[in-house]
Amino acid sequence: MTPDQIQAMRQLLYRLADDQLIIGHRNSEWTGLGPVLEEDIAFSSIAQDKVGHAHALYQLLHQELAEPEPDTIAFMRDEKDFFCCQLVEMPIGEYDFSLIRHWLFDLAEQIRFDAYAESQWMPLAKVARKIKGEIKYHVFHAETWVKTLAEGTEESKARMQSALNEVLPMAMGMFECKENNALLAEAGWITAEAELQNQWEARVKACLQAWGLQWPAQTDASAFLGGRHGYHTEHLQPLLNEMTEVYRLDPSAEW
Amino acid sequence: MKLNSLDPRVNRMELPDENPYTDQVLHTMEHWETYEVFHQKKRGTQHVHCGIVHAPNADMALLFAKEQFARRGETSNLWVVKTEHVMAVDYGDADIFETTPEKVYRDASGYKVMDRINEFKKKQNA
Repeated sequence: MTPDQIQAMRQLLYRLADDQLIIGHRNSEWTGLGPVLEEDIAFSSIAQDKVGHAHALYQLLHQELAEPEPDTIAFMRDEKDFFCCQLVEMPIGEYDFSLIRHWLFDLAEQIRFDAYAESQWMPLAKVARKIKGEIKYHVFHAETWVKTLAEGTEESKARMQSALNEVLPMAMGMFECKENNALLAEAGWITAEAELQNQWEARVKACLQAWGLQWPAQTDASAFLGGRHGYHTEHLQPLLNEMTEVYRLDPSAEW
Repeated sequence: MKLNSLDPRVNRMELPDENPYTDQVLHTMEHWETYEVFHQKKRGTQHVHCGIVHAPNADMALLFAKEQFARRGETSNLWVVKTEHVMAVDYGDADIFETTPEKVYRDASGYKVMDRINEFKKKQNA
């Protein structure tokens, strides 16, 4: 890899890992409040999987690209040094919002990591192969819920549609970094971001049609861009405060 | 008369003795039915019953079964079956399992075959 490519890979991994950590922390806020016991356990378990994926990606940054230890990266950075998309930092809202976000996010993850499993850069391919089984279950979970509610009562269908209208423009922000990732795509390390987005949109549209939901009229992501460059909503800092509260008491403590 | 429970928290709630909800029917949307879950550890081995989940449909039952019963340890497959589709013997008929003891001819304990089995195994390994 050239120095430019190494820097681009570092940025890509931070973006992916931060997405996992922040959505994992967000979704864990449902623990104890889920709609039924079984779902509470399932959703919490998925949130834990996400933190595990973040760890695997931070480990990759540490071992292959000379970044600090995973715990240091996760707990000691300032808000502006996080590169998650704004979608994942939004508050959990009601369960319809969290379910639609879970679906749109995990579907993108599945397409992304299935593609990265074939990467020419072996360390990335290995991590992608390790986590793609869990992501497959996450998508199965999300799609079963959204389909069931979309085909349920008038109210559940209306809630799915309105949550979708709200979340889709945010979700478009996941694919913010096309130019930056092109450097890696040209070298064959990853699949181009635009290609991932096309596949994602096609799959979302096919599902919506099958479940009787509409692709939203408003999909402009411009209000939700910047996360990939360290510009966040007001919601990220309070999350980081809570997440790092214990660690910062004594960063040298052994756990 | 107030409901008297062993749990002081229940007593503090001062619930009426009569259940005000007895005439209410539970609707499907409010109370999910149960599915029996069967867990298979290794492919080719038997699926073993491991418990139940509440779910509104079979797909959702599989989702929940995975997290309740296959989150830890090895799993190769899961089955879910609607509890209402399971036929069971009435406990009142449990006497059908009581069997008279005077049937030694049914027990296989009288056969002396270990010598032949060991000899066969030795031949296989040779």
